[in-house]
Parts: sequence; C-alpha cells; structure tokens
Amino acid sequence: MLRIGPYEFTSRLLLGTGKYPDFDTQKEAVKVSETEILTFSVRRMNIFKPDQPDFLEKLNVEKYHLLPNTAGAKTAEEAVRTAKLAKASGLCDMIKVEVIGDEKTLLPDPIETLKASEELLKEGFIVLPYTSDDVMLAQRLEEMGCHAIMPGASPIGSGQGIINPLYLSLIMEKANVPVIVDAGIGGPRDAASAMELGADGVLLNTAVSGADNPVKMAKAMKLAIEAGRLGYEAGRIPRKRYATASSPTEGMSIG
Amino acid sequence: MNLLINGDYVNIPSHIQSVESLLNHFKLDQQIVVVELNGTILEKDKQNQYLTDGDKLELVHFVGGG
Repeated sequence: MLRIGPYEFTSRLLLGTGKYPDFDTQKEAVKVSETEILTFSVRRMNIFKPDQPDFLEKLNVEKYHLLPNTAGAKTAEEAVRTAKLAKASGLCDMIKVEVIGDEKTLLPDPIETLKASEELLKEGFIVLPYTSDDVMLAQRLEEMGCHAIMPGASPIGSGQGIINPLYLSLIMEKANVPVIVDAGIGGPRDAASAMELGADGVLLNTAVSGADNPVKMAKAMKLAIEAGRLGYEAGRIPRKRYATASSPTEGMSIG
Repeated sequence: MNLLINGDYVNIPSHIQSVESLLNHFKLDQQIVVVELNGTILEKDKQNQYLTDGDKLELVHFVGGG
C-alpha cells in the first residue's frame, strides 16, 4: 500500500498524461496500467475553440486521484500560483512541485523547489516535489513536511534510466515519507530497478506515451513495478565475485 | 467592453457583465475552467462577479502533462 498524506493507493505507478498519439490509445494505456494517480499540467484555454476535447472529462476523473504539476514554472512564485489555480478547480489537493532551472536539461531548481514547497505546505496542499537526486535536499524537503519526495532518475523524457542508483538508494534509506522515482525512466527494467532499490513508487510519462505501442508498454510498466516491489520485499541475494553451486557438492556418483 | 483575456485584448458585447456570462458566451460553462481576475483566483461560487473595462482575466484548464 502506497500512502501519500491522507491517501492510500494499491498501485505504485503514477502515470503522466502528456504526448499520447491519440485519445483512445491514452485511455486504453491508462486503463491497463491500473494506475490510480494521473498527472496533468495547467495551461491557458483557447477561448475561441471551446469544442476542444476535454480529455479530463473523457478519462472519467472521479476514478483517479489527480496530481497536477507546476511545469512551466521557473520560480517558486510561479509554481505557487499554478498550484493554486489547479486547486481552485476543486478536483485535487495534491501538487507535484516542478520548478525547472535549465531549459536544456530540464533539471529542477533546488532552491526554488524548496521555497515553493514550503509555501504550498503552509497553504495546506499535499506536496510532492520533483527534485534532483541530492540526498540532503531530499532530507530537507521531508523535514519541512513534504508528503513524498520525487527524485529524478535522469533528465525528463531522456529515457536514460537510473543514472545514480547510489544516491537514490541513500534517499530511500533515510526517508520516512514515500520516495517516488520521477522522470528519466526509459523501459520496464528501469522501473523494476527503481522499485528493487526500494522506491515506493515510480512516476513516468514519455516511456509509455512515446513507446511504439503505448498500451503494451503501460502493461509492461505495471508488471515491472510489481515485480520490482516484490523483489525488494523478498530481499535479493548479495552479489558475489565467484560462483556458488546450486546443486549439492556431496554424494556425486561420478569419479 | 475590452478585456485582457489570456494575454489578448478581446472586445466583449455589452450585455456580458459578469464572469459567469463571459464563460457562457465562450461556451466554457460546462468545462473545467479556473478563472483568475486581476490576479485573484475566483472560487467557483464567486463567478457571478461583475466585470469592468480593462479587467485582466486568465482562463486556465488542465492539459496532458507528466
């Protein structure tokens, strides 16, 4: 069971809703992923095109917990404003704090992320900051009261997978709130590997929406996350340099 | 009346006097839309607020994102 603030989830997969080839594919991918948390962005409406498909409505949002993000924000102030706009919809009180400091790498600005998280906690939000894999930053965010910590595996949409398993595992080891590995997941092995390290959940988007077959990939991610979690709970064997026979070495009838 | 909506000046027919009627005018009343009027976010029950010439509005909604 994944617990974030007052909420409990069976699924440990948090799924993004951006960049799907078409709505039907998205709907099916969301369904087979069995996710319970969907992320969204807040943007200006095109008031002259009111008939644009409102996919929030089509996705049957009552079935899901919505996790809007503050993507597009470059400062804490912008992130707080976006979060408040999202909450005013009356549909959600969780927020993924995302304050980007650099356009090329889309890496989070740690100082603005910290400031925005502090302000949003005061405002009563359930705060899930997207952060770098800095161990101390994660600790400070937790001490501040954040309800989950979401360190990136590698740059957003890069599909590079986990580039710093050591720091991620140090964050997981120390944290008393859920650690959700967010961004950079490429394939199922990355998701499984994050869970094996001890993550409480994985947030991904492009890995599914950009796959040749998003629906199959959604299923693969679901299974990978479940497998990784089971593996973590089961406790893997230590790595050894040399072989250890699986079959008995006693009682052999040869020689 | 002239309003600054999402960064563009828009001329609005004179019978539209409130945020609510503006949303009806643009057929947005059935959609999930959040309104910010002159920098203040309007809660759903405050959408009957009157508009005056030169008001600055932001109309936002949810789109796909990760």
